[in-house]
Amino acid sequence: MSFSPELAEIRFGCGLSPVVNAPQSAQDVLDQLTAPDLMQQRFPIETFAQFRERSIRFTGLNKQLRKSDDPDNEPELRNAMREERRMARRDSLAWMVNSVLRWTWTGQGFHERLVWFWADHFSAQGKAGILKHANATYIEEAIRPLTTGRFSEMLTTVVTHPVMLHYLDQSTSVGPGSEVAKKNKRLKGLNENLAREVLELHTLGIDGPYDQSDVRQLAELFTGMSQTPGAGFRFKSRWAEPGSETVLGKTYGGGKPSMDPVYEVLGDLALHPVTAQHLCWKLAVHFVADDPDPALIQHMTARYLGSDGDLMQVYAAMLEHPASWQEPLRNVKPPFAFVASACRGLAVRPETLQKTAIRNLLRNFMTPLEVMGQTWLSPGGPDGWPEEDYAWINPQGLAMRMRWSMVAPENLQPQLPDPRGFPDQLLGRFSTPEIRFAANAAESRAEGIGLTLMSPAFQRR
Amino acid sequence: MTNQVSRRSFLSGSAVLGCSLAASPLLTPVSFAAAPWDTRLVVIILRGGMDALDVVQPYGDPGFAKARTTLNYGTGRKTRDLDGFFALHPALAPLMPLWRREELGFIHAVSTPYRDKRSHFDGQDLLEAGTVSLGGGTRDGWLNRLLQHLPGTEARTAFALGRGDIRVLDGAAPVSDWSPEANIVMSPQAERLAGMIMQDDPLFHAAFNEALDLSRDDSAEVIAENAALAEEGTMDMMAMPSGKRGKQHKQIAAYAAEQLRGDTRIASFSINGWDTHSRQQVGLTDALGRLSDTILTIRDGVGARVWEKTAIVAMTEFGRTVRENGTKGTDHGTGGAMLMAGGAIRGGRVAGRWPGLDEADLYDRRDLMPTGDVRASAAWILAGLTGVDRAVLERSVFPDLDMGDDPGLLR
Repeated sequence: MSFSPELAEIRFGCGLSPVVNAPQSAQDVLDQLTAPDLMQQRFPIETFAQFRERSIRFTGLNKQLRKSDDPDNEPELRNAMREERRMARRDSLAWMVNSVLRWTWTGQGFHERLVWFWADHFSAQGKAGILKHANATYIEEAIRPLTTGRFSEMLTTVVTHPVMLHYLDQSTSVGPGSEVAKKNKRLKGLNENLAREVLELHTLGIDGPYDQSDVRQLAELFTGMSQTPGAGFRFKSRWAEPGSETVLGKTYGGGKPSMDPVYEVLGDLALHPVTAQHLCWKLAVHFVADDPDPALIQHMTARYLGSDGDLMQVYAAMLEHPASWQEPLRNVKPPFAFVASACRGLAVRPETLQKTAIRNLLRNFMTPLEVMGQTWLSPGGPDGWPEEDYAWINPQGLAMRMRWSMVAPENLQPQLPDPRGFPDQLLGRFSTPEIRFAANAAESRAEGIGLTLMSPAFQRR
Repeated sequence: MTNQVSRRSFLSGSAVLGCSLAASPLLTPVSFAAAPWDTRLVVIILRGGMDALDVVQPYGDPGFAKARTTLNYGTGRKTRDLDGFFALHPALAPLMPLWRREELGFIHAVSTPYRDKRSHFDGQDLLEAGTVSLGGGTRDGWLNRLLQHLPGTEARTAFALGRGDIRVLDGAAPVSDWSPEANIVMSPQAERLAGMIMQDDPLFHAAFNEALDLSRDDSAEVIAENAALAEEGTMDMMAMPSGKRGKQHKQIAAYAAEQLRGDTRIASFSINGWDTHSRQQVGLTDALGRLSDTILTIRDGVGARVWEKTAIVAMTEFGRTVRENGTKGTDHGTGGAMLMAGGAIRGGRVAGRWPGLDEADLYDRRDLMPTGDVRASAAWILAGLTGVDRAVLERSVFPDLDMGDDPGLLR
């Protein structure tokens, strides 16, 4: 159980590629993370700061529509709003394409994997209007540049990010004793959603040492955090609950309402030993197996605590531990990873995807992902996508993967490889005699490719 | 090639896979004994916010014609008059025979506890969670919680059908997920080879065999079509599912009926397309056509004996504004309506307390005022169909619900 280039690329990267070389050592894998982000430059995705310009235009139109006394104006305003939505939808499909191309062409596969891991850990979505198309821009801005720093930095960035504040209703949370609540009885009061998920999902975990009073106190500490399309993040001190709050036995704030106690509590939560344990367990589950070796989790947790949550150190601890390299392949690739690593194995060309009509992007990516159970960037809740293998390999999920394997490659790669060499090229030493036999015995080139892609050896990592 | 997989023998000895199993399904022995209760429930989630006022038109309320200047289609025409006060949208006219047999009914002016923000996203989450509010950490759906309280529940007891997640069935109780679009149609040679590739991986092997089995339960129509393609030797048998709606709803309804005729007791799926901000007449006619097709396909598919004990319930996340907007549509509102169909329901009437359409009667001076909790209606139907205790319904299935008096929704 030790490093091998093929296993590194399959388990910690985006799968084997016929054109991009696999890393030659664990240090190689880590060095990918500190090198410039080449895929971000080559296949750009808008940041949320850029997306916000669309939001400003859209909410401006919406305001005009509500205020308008002239019914003749209405169709024109609604058309303008529809056009904004159409553009955002079209561009968000282009970002999906660029995400696939990043997986297909990257020499820094571990980085793409970490972006997915943390984006899932901090799942957030736009819920209404044009924001529904902003999910990729949130990840690009709040997750992607922060995967190699300290966990506390990512936590603070995410928890104060406009998309998260919108998704978990923080923007409408009012301190019951705040200035604004005293003047306006109609304001709804405290919303615990973000505070609960920070404790339950983002830091300590559901079995963590907190109770309902910690949730409530943290929610009171969070009051004042808000966002608008025009200003982005905003701290509204008039909405903030006055006085101090006690979370996990420690008292925060008490002075003039400000963001300082929020940063302080998030810093403490990030370095809590239970948070360290929770995050290292999650990383091990995601990268290695549904039931990872406890020794691996311990090793990573010790490094996390010894380095004040320096994520590079934690990744290094994971990659140096022998349990990370156990074989056979274990985890099932979730649908996007399955589809994108297939595109990588087929070396799908950027021009092909970028020229593909919207209709065919829906048919080859969006709809199949939905039927496989992973609607693009839209998990069912803030707890993100499941990790368990059986959540994906059920009859419907597997049947759709098989259908995709048989049909999509021809649409995406006009020059399909020779099926006889494809199993070894795609799977390296994880290829089996049965797969080689099937690829050879298939009735057509497309079936030979399809059978190789649907093999458990390709669907696991 | 000596790989002979016997699906049936495999299934009887092993497990059915469902998405929502709490433990590896391979560890759970399975038998296909029928659940002790023998009624059938179909829950249809109408995503997008169905306009109750257009579907069940209160033409007897003087406020209706004032608020709906184009969306009233010659209200109260005799052919679609329901009871002298309400009339049915013309696109549901194919269901009028059911109405006359009292196998179709509505509950008007109901809603979930969701108020004010009018977001589809939150509204649907709340509808499927069955809770009073979001953010309480509830991650499962009310139909799944019901299953957790019913004896004899196994994966095939309930089916979540179609694309995407049917959250109302998410949770710890085992549930089968299937989309007829995923149907495996392969050449016999490819099918044998696929079986060989998967045979050494128990998880894949079980799912593959079960998928083949589910694929073969498809409607006769689809099977005939596939057979014809196979005879022609057409290679392109497994096309990608299209992004369009097409006939997907009929495929799902036929599949649901096929299962409900057997040991399956619950089926749930979505019908989309109710978010009619503009040109509502076109959009709503289209969506209601799909709903009507779906109900009739299920009725024809389950047969008279099962139809007698079937209740179909269609519910939506919220209603729409009482007044038409400037683009011949309506915007997100509050109070809506629930549709019921089937031989088990006591139809032929529009139930619910009508709040009136005067401006002072409206919610927020713009929406139909909800006079009932849609969860209470659902709870009474669940109680009648499965015999589950009221206390369980009010505490566990729909936390903090007061079911109130029995509205007598079932026969």
